[in-house]
Amino acid sequence: MIDEIRAVLKEHGRLSVDAATCGERNDLYAAGMTSQASVNVMLALERAFDIEFPDRMLKRSVFESIASIRDAVKELTANR
Amino acid sequence: MGQTGIHVEAVRRIAAEIAGPAADGVDREGRFPHETFAALRTARMMSACIPEDLGGFGCGLVELADMCEALAQHCSSAAMVFAMHHIQLACIVRHGLDQPYFRSYLATIVAQQNLIASVTSEVGVGGEMRTSLCGVERQGDRFTLAKDASTISYGQQADDLLVTARSSPEAPNSDQSLVLVRKADYSLEQKGAWDALGMRGTCSPPFKMTSRGGVDQILASPFSDIASQTMVPFSHILWASCWLGIAKAAMTRARAFVRAQARAKPGTTPHAALRLARGASLLQSMRTNVEHAARECEALRGSGHETEVLSSVAFALKMNNLKVSSSQLVVEIVQEALQTCGIMGYKNDSKFAVGRHLRDAYSAVLMIANDRIYATNATMLLVLKDD
Repeated sequence: MIDEIRAVLKEHGRLSVDAATCGERNDLYAAGMTSQASVNVMLALERAFDIEFPDRMLKRSVFESIASIRDAVKELTANR
Repeated sequence: MGQTGIHVEAVRRIAAEIAGPAADGVDREGRFPHETFAALRTARMMSACIPEDLGGFGCGLVELADMCEALAQHCSSAAMVFAMHHIQLACIVRHGLDQPYFRSYLATIVAQQNLIASVTSEVGVGGEMRTSLCGVERQGDRFTLAKDASTISYGQQADDLLVTARSSPEAPNSDQSLVLVRKADYSLEQKGAWDALGMRGTCSPPFKMTSRGGVDQILASPFSDIASQTMVPFSHILWASCWLGIAKAAMTRARAFVRAQARAKPGTTPHAALRLARGASLLQSMRTNVEHAARECEALRGSGHETEVLSSVAFALKMNNLKVSSSQLVVEIVQEALQTCGIMGYKNDSKFAVGRHLRDAYSAVLMIANDRIYATNATMLLVLKDD
């Protein structure tokens, strides 16, 4: 799962660091991810994992690190 | 009238007795409404939103909105300057109370009634507030910061400045900090004029700013949080309240015009009254929108989930919608007032003149261009389900 998240971030996150080696708890916004880029990351994650982020998850804290994204994706894929 | 209503009432009086009589001169000469701010300072309104235990009045967003509306009914420039000052102050009150420097700075504002200007614009970023080119250069516990600002409203008249910048020159341009610089520590080189269609008294030319200070003058919260949780909602609500005041003032003139016509010929409803009716309906929608947003935001205070709601996509979209709709409505309403009054509204020397209101209203769609906001909303709607 982490590898897929990293791949999405590499393609859509517009990070100033390498998404492949970026620490799981590093702040992605501090690494240059803009709000615009974060929307593209959300869309790509929805496609990659066949999920839909409910509106309650559409906030900065959910997308601020690889670990927080993983937790959200885990929650959404848990019951299937 | 409650304990807090007295502050709104005090501003209302200053608006009617001081800002109103000066407004045409402020507009014509493109000068700062200094007499209004002298009165606001005397009434201690520059510290109105500072909590009571720190010496302010503890006014919330609803009261600030009422104050902006009251001022804008008489002088839109004074109202907008008052709004911008309190937007800056709210950022400090809501994000700086844990920092000793900012606590003592708030005491200074209470004592000296300083005026704070915002330095968010920058040459080369194309109007994008969430991007900075300049960066804070730290050396030990001191910093230097230089910024090429495309506009600083009341830059020349302000005491202190709140400036956005990259948190360091090496940081990505979206990793921003908010930095307070004090009068003694900055210099401004004016790079152009402010001879604008409207909002002429805000005195908003471009400036090159150079500053220095102690690193404790940098707010610890990242600007991204300050922007989404405070600066953007406060801006959109207080700006919209200013526009509401402009719309209301134009409608007041239109109402007086129609009443005069009706008195001249009792028994027939003047044609112009139809325009007035349309304007009144638009004004009601606008008022409902603005007041609802202010109350909703205020209700979040101390609710336990304020930060979560304020930083959500759904909330950002709602605030953006308030901005685009009220900035368009103000122009429509003033146009209805103009058509109601006809040539008497068009003539600058008439008591029904709404030319200044119309020119001031046109600034609304440009303060963060509506097209930019629509583009942001379009992106957010790609992921927002609203179900």
